[in-house]
Amino acid sequence: MSDAFIQGIVVFVLAAFVGFEVIAKVPRTLHTPLMSGANAISGITIVGAIIVAAVGTGWVAAVLGFFAVTLAMINVVGGFLVTDRMLEMFKKIPGRR
Amino acid sequence: MVELAYLAAGVLFIVGLKGLTSPKTARRGIRIAALGMFLAIVVVVVNLLGLDASYAWGVVVGGVVVGGSIGAFLAIRVRMTEMPQLVAAFNGFGGGASALVAAATVVGANAVLPAETAIVTALSLGIGTVTLTGSFVAFGKLQGLISGRQVFLPGGAATNGVIALAIVVAAGVGVVAESSTAYWVAFGLAAILGVTAVLPIGGADMPVVISLLNSLSGIAAAMAGFIINNQALIVGGALVGAAGMILTIEMAVAMNRSIASILFTQFGGGATAEDIGTKPVNRATADDVAIALAYAESVMIVPGYGLAVAQAQHAVKDLANALEERGIKVTYAIHPVAGRMPGHMNVLLAESDVSYDLLLDLEQANPRFSQTDVVLIVGANDVVNPSAKNDPTSPIYGMPILNVDDAKTTIVIKRSLSPGFAGIDNPLFYEDSTLMYFADAKKALEDALVAINLL
Repeated sequence: MSDAFIQGIVVFVLAAFVGFEVIAKVPRTLHTPLMSGANAISGITIVGAIIVAAVGTGWVAAVLGFFAVTLAMINVVGGFLVTDRMLEMFKKIPGRR
Repeated sequence: MVELAYLAAGVLFIVGLKGLTSPKTARRGIRIAALGMFLAIVVVVVNLLGLDASYAWGVVVGGVVVGGSIGAFLAIRVRMTEMPQLVAAFNGFGGGASALVAAATVVGANAVLPAETAIVTALSLGIGTVTLTGSFVAFGKLQGLISGRQVFLPGGAATNGVIALAIVVAAGVGVVAESSTAYWVAFGLAAILGVTAVLPIGGADMPVVISLLNSLSGIAAAMAGFIINNQALIVGGALVGAAGMILTIEMAVAMNRSIASILFTQFGGGATAEDIGTKPVNRATADDVAIALAYAESVMIVPGYGLAVAQAQHAVKDLANALEERGIKVTYAIHPVAGRMPGHMNVLLAESDVSYDLLLDLEQANPRFSQTDVVLIVGANDVVNPSAKNDPTSPIYGMPILNVDDAKTTIVIKRSLSPGFAGIDNPLFYEDSTLMYFADAKKALEDALVAINLL
């Protein structure tokens, strides 16, 4: 295995542990925004999509690249926008108790 | 430098998710995560600018514009009751994008890849494709395009096991023999597995399925990150994988079932509407409900999927306002698996401006029922079924439930006496202290409000 690959595994394992620690503390009331936020973050595959679209040659690569970029971008824009829209609604309304 | 920028993007994702640990900091958090995404996209574009391939840039820009427009349209238009469908669709898009990155890698190298790259490519292709088709079946069920009931699969779980094994074999041949054809066979089989794995699962188990597909979409992205050796993808994918896995486990615990039993076994008793409904119940009118509520000191509202179906989140808030004006303390008790995805009820109530500190989860709510005068159950059934506590023969025995039977009076708003998803009768409905108000949730709440205002 190449050094870069092993480094990737190290980063993956550490990120997974940090992720478990941080996300386990997210309160249940925010679990839906957590999921849609996770959708947005999984759109990070846009970086891979842009690379394969830009370096690919031939029409098959172009078609695959186009759809990869499109799908990832739906998640990025849609995921962040809808999460922000939801979180705007979570308010603590004082008084009336 | 470029690698450090990608790592910074990954760190911004973690900091952003940390913001989600409190509703106060959540909005700032998601914006920090968005900043990380923006950074990663700028870096990849700048890094590729040296490439002289104008038509390839046309492909990228075209995809960004089309995808961005569709994403924005969906995010702005979606109703909060439809969030489970949207998240299901996004799970699918994320998995699909990662599968396509893998597919483009196979095409680009004609399947001739270093062993480690070949393995992660096969994983990204397989996991991403299962996520794509599985999510679309989940979407179809939630949207009502496909029956939300459990469907019998010929051969049952064994069929899925055989398909999964065949995918591993095909992908293995692709990796070892450097055969594009074998990759495409694995891809086709994975597409089938997504459908056959999700199709048999019933609607009320969707919180587990959506959470698991969420996790898989992250793992597929992380595998795509290994293909192109990119730390932002690896970190982002690992985080999403972890988030989805935490939610999957939490949902399974809240149903007292193992993830395997939810995914691979049929569930529930065989009770039908004909079996039950012969026992006497206390039928209530809007006036009965109004009197019970208006003369209480404390009311706890228990929402379920029926609230979402009836779009009754604003009606419930209007009723709560009227009760609060009378000096009645109103809180909400939310079971973790109420609705069709984790947190579904919380979002609906937040939409109708219910303060989030009034939303109690299972552990907070249960000790309070005994000091509560009236519990108002709107479209929930299995999560308040006392059989889970005291009938060892019940399919849901052992599932943690909201102990609504501790309250002085229980009002159940329900369209009929039909059993819930578990297909079992609910003894709560026949209790002396239970009032059954048979109506559509929204209409029932509106009628009760009118009756309260006339008191």
